[in-house]
Amino acid sequence: MKAKNQRLVLTLAALGALVAAALLAMSALRNQASFFYSPADALRDHVRPGQAIRLGGMVEKGSLVREPDGVTIDFRVTDGAASVAARYTGIVPDLFREGSGVVAEGRFVAPGTFVADTILAKHDEKYMPPQIAGSMHETKSLKP
Amino acid sequence: MHAFANPTRFLSLARPLTGWLGWAGAVLALVGIIAGLTLTPRDYLQGETVRIMYIHVPAAWLGMAGWGGIAAASVAELVWRHPLAAIAARATAVPGAVFAAICLASGSIWGRPTWGTWWEWDGRLTSMLVLFFLYIAYIALADASADRGGGARVAAIFGLVGAINLPIIHFSVLWWRTLHQGQSIGFTGSTIAPSILWPLPLTTIGFTLLFTAIILMRMRMLLANAKLEARQRRMGGAA
Repeated sequence: MKAKNQRLVLTLAALGALVAAALLAMSALRNQASFFYSPADALRDHVRPGQAIRLGGMVEKGSLVREPDGVTIDFRVTDGAASVAARYTGIVPDLFREGSGVVAEGRFVAPGTFVADTILAKHDEKYMPPQIAGSMHETKSLKP
Repeated sequence: MHAFANPTRFLSLARPLTGWLGWAGAVLALVGIIAGLTLTPRDYLQGETVRIMYIHVPAAWLGMAGWGGIAAASVAELVWRHPLAAIAARATAVPGAVFAAICLASGSIWGRPTWGTWWEWDGRLTSMLVLFFLYIAYIALADASADRGGGARVAAIFGLVGAINLPIIHFSVLWWRTLHQGQSIGFTGSTIAPSILWPLPLTTIGFTLLFTAIILMRMRMLLANAKLEARQRRMGGAA
């Protein structure tokens, strides 16, 4: 075998081993590297009340309520399979609205009841002008 | 491939190509940016901030493509000992790092008004930051081994090993739940409305041509440097 071909085979073998090692590591990280719990996962894993976690999903349509004090909101976070009641006091990002994604940092105070310290908005990969979105995407936002 | 092994032949092609690619890229990118700032509608959800996409996406692409190029050149260096491979890899590192940094900065600026945060340690953001650090390490390593007159082998191995981060960046939004959105543009189509999407290929192709021109420029610079050093050594003069 020519030296050049030998190096090619060696390089490819090393590359293959590297990819295999990385894939193994990534699949092991699969559950740990997620940025947030979905409501179904949080309920299935019995996340302890008081434990600081991130809860993510959709803000359930028709669930967003502003409390009389004007700064506290109640809403439900859903992933389609399960839904969790959440409460937050403070200013939310502009993109926070019903039917859109949310990641809430906080803790469960009781099973199925979440209190958030921080609210992040998560948007999906669909981009369109307002004219096309039209009434299809008209959702209730907290903005007046 | 070995037709360009001769630096003289490479230079005779690279010299005119640098200008053409550079100007074509600059014009395309400029047209794309102006169109993206003035002609396209805003997004129904994000509003005007969606226009950051016309910079952010090309920067992310080039940050990753740059390391892809380094990895390809590293294979050429390790297997075929191609004389231009190490030079191409070294020339790509700095512009690649710059575009990775532009991607991180524009993403951060985009994240504040949309997500409500400058930075979060989610899978996509973290793996992209790792790519930026890999570039910094690669630059230091390649420069150090070049200064010692040592082989480019160590840097080539590092360039190859670092490429494992590229699929991690790409698949991070599929493997893990992230704050970053999923993929908008695939081989089969896009989830971005055509009226918003169309300037994006212009800026992407434009910046890519510009990136290529910068790499050619830097390769010529590195070749000229090597020639100069060789001449100084021959003359037995000062280093």
